[in-house]
Amino acid sequence: MPDETKVCLRTSGLTKVFGVGSQKCVAVDHVDMEFYEGGVVSIVGESGSGKTTLAKMLLGLINPTEGDIYFEGKKRDIRTQRKKREYWKNIQAIFQDPYSSYNTFNKIDAVLLDCIYMRGGRRLPRAKKIEMMAEACSFVNLKFEELTNKYPFELSGGQMQRLMIARIFLLKPKILLADEPTSMIDACSRATILDMLMQLRNEIGMTVVFITHDIGLAYYVSDIVYIMEHGKLVESGCADDVILHPKETYTRRLISDVPKIHEVWDLSTV
Amino acid sequence: MQNLMLEVKELTTKYITRYQENVYAVDHVSLKVEEGKSLGIAGESGCGKSTLALSLMGYYFAPLHYTSGEIIIDGRNVSGMDPDDVRKSILGTEIAYIPQAAMNALNPTQKVIHFIEDVFQAHDPSKTKKEIHEFAKEAFETLGLPAEVLQKYPVELSGGMKQRTVIAVSVLLFPKVLIADEPSSALDVTSQKMVIKMLKGLMENGFIKSMIFITHELPLLYNVTDDIMVMYAGQIVEKGAAKETVFDPLHPYSKGLMGSIMVPESGLRDTKLTAIPGVPPNLKNPPSGCRFADRCKYVMPACKVTSVGLREIALGRAYRCILREDELREVYSEEAYQNAR
Repeated sequence: MPDETKVCLRTSGLTKVFGVGSQKCVAVDHVDMEFYEGGVVSIVGESGSGKTTLAKMLLGLINPTEGDIYFEGKKRDIRTQRKKREYWKNIQAIFQDPYSSYNTFNKIDAVLLDCIYMRGGRRLPRAKKIEMMAEACSFVNLKFEELTNKYPFELSGGQMQRLMIARIFLLKPKILLADEPTSMIDACSRATILDMLMQLRNEIGMTVVFITHDIGLAYYVSDIVYIMEHGKLVESGCADDVILHPKETYTRRLISDVPKIHEVWDLSTV
Repeated sequence: MQNLMLEVKELTTKYITRYQENVYAVDHVSLKVEEGKSLGIAGESGCGKSTLALSLMGYYFAPLHYTSGEIIIDGRNVSGMDPDDVRKSILGTEIAYIPQAAMNALNPTQKVIHFIEDVFQAHDPSKTKKEIHEFAKEAFETLGLPAEVLQKYPVELSGGMKQRTVIAVSVLLFPKVLIADEPSSALDVTSQKMVIKMLKGLMENGFIKSMIFITHELPLLYNVTDDIMVMYAGQIVEKGAAKETVFDPLHPYSKGLMGSIMVPESGLRDTKLTAIPGVPPNLKNPPSGCRFADRCKYVMPACKVTSVGLREIALGRAYRCILREDELREVYSEEAYQNAR
């Protein structure tokens, strides 16, 4: 269970505006969120609700137009590249599309070695590095010996996504942002990926933030759920409260649109 | 007994690779779809769902080749026809197909109505332009699409609207069978619901007589189709009515699939999702015994050597496993008991 006393990441009045004048588009609109240490949080919304923009701001890939992000109680400072790299030791991400997450020219062992370097393992003996990489690969059921000389595009989508988790295993960040980690994977392998992520979370005690449109997944994995609509936060709370007893009309509509199994799925409401 | 709209007997099709290896992506598949019914096909990526769809509509372009078996659409045998003949006399009128990326099927430089004019020019040249326009307008309105869509370019339409337009265009010639291959996987939940509502409306409005729906989203399949067929490595492993297949799966693979369903309903958080370890076999040289043996929790030595056929246990209900129905149920209840402890 999350430690309610320790907030590791907090946003206050976070806003991102793209474009100016008539082209102005408010992607994220004054969002206040809190992420507790060791908790699993889901940010749910339809396409265009600003969830990925929010994730990019949390990661420091784009700058917010307005508002602040507080990391471990202090205002986040990533003005220089060095500070950014320092920040990325604490916060890491898995993206939706595993195919575009890798550098095409780097072999798999280079990808994993990079993670060891980021943790300050540059001077470790080679045998130790290989041992660490093999351990990470076996955690996600991949064989390191088969991968060493391969390029990312030689792997299947599921293997790439698992390799992403192996990276996280080596990096051991405090916060993991998972942006639609299973949407490119078919329903049958979803459980495998989720199991691995949850096992990893238990092992290194990190906070996991799921960004997803799959409400079933959000309900299954998370303690706290945030619902977003057009850049605004519409509802937040305990997963059971939000998903099973939604208060807002938007949340109710969103949940009623998901096909159900035990309950009747009412098609007349669209 | 209703009229049989589509009957497939022991259909086998193969891909021939660059190195002249045969990959049997659809292996002795038999199925029946009655008038007014819909059949769902489930399975993970690479199990042959989409190849089956392409084979059914006679889309045999290299590297896909027809090997054996029969496809009978409303009493007419269409198996092994030349792809060009298929396009002229079968596609659109007998069988229609909605591909995965249907929204990219529209020509960006043409208005939707021109697209429809083209369809009629190829299949029914006697119709005048005015007749086509009137017919299209009427059809679109019946299907719940605004008639203005006809005068728009595809770029002016949203993703969900494009998908619904493609579906509407594909049924204008009243096909007997509609094959929908993951029509809603690229859409968000609300647009998905609209697409599903429209697909269900097609049958009620008499545009199509039967439907085959392919997806890996099981909750969706359960809500849309009457029957569900589960495919694994090119073979059917289980088929039956939707309710039976989802709530009472017999084959270990379908059991694993049904255990991985995530729907936002009370009770989900208390259940443990089942993950199926491993990957499907390479179909270049499939295992001689049961194709699921390597990933099966209940594997026995005999599984790896004896290949098993489909066991029919009731009308329309069949599964492919070495164990009898009562033996399987015993294994499952034993496991449930162990888990409970």
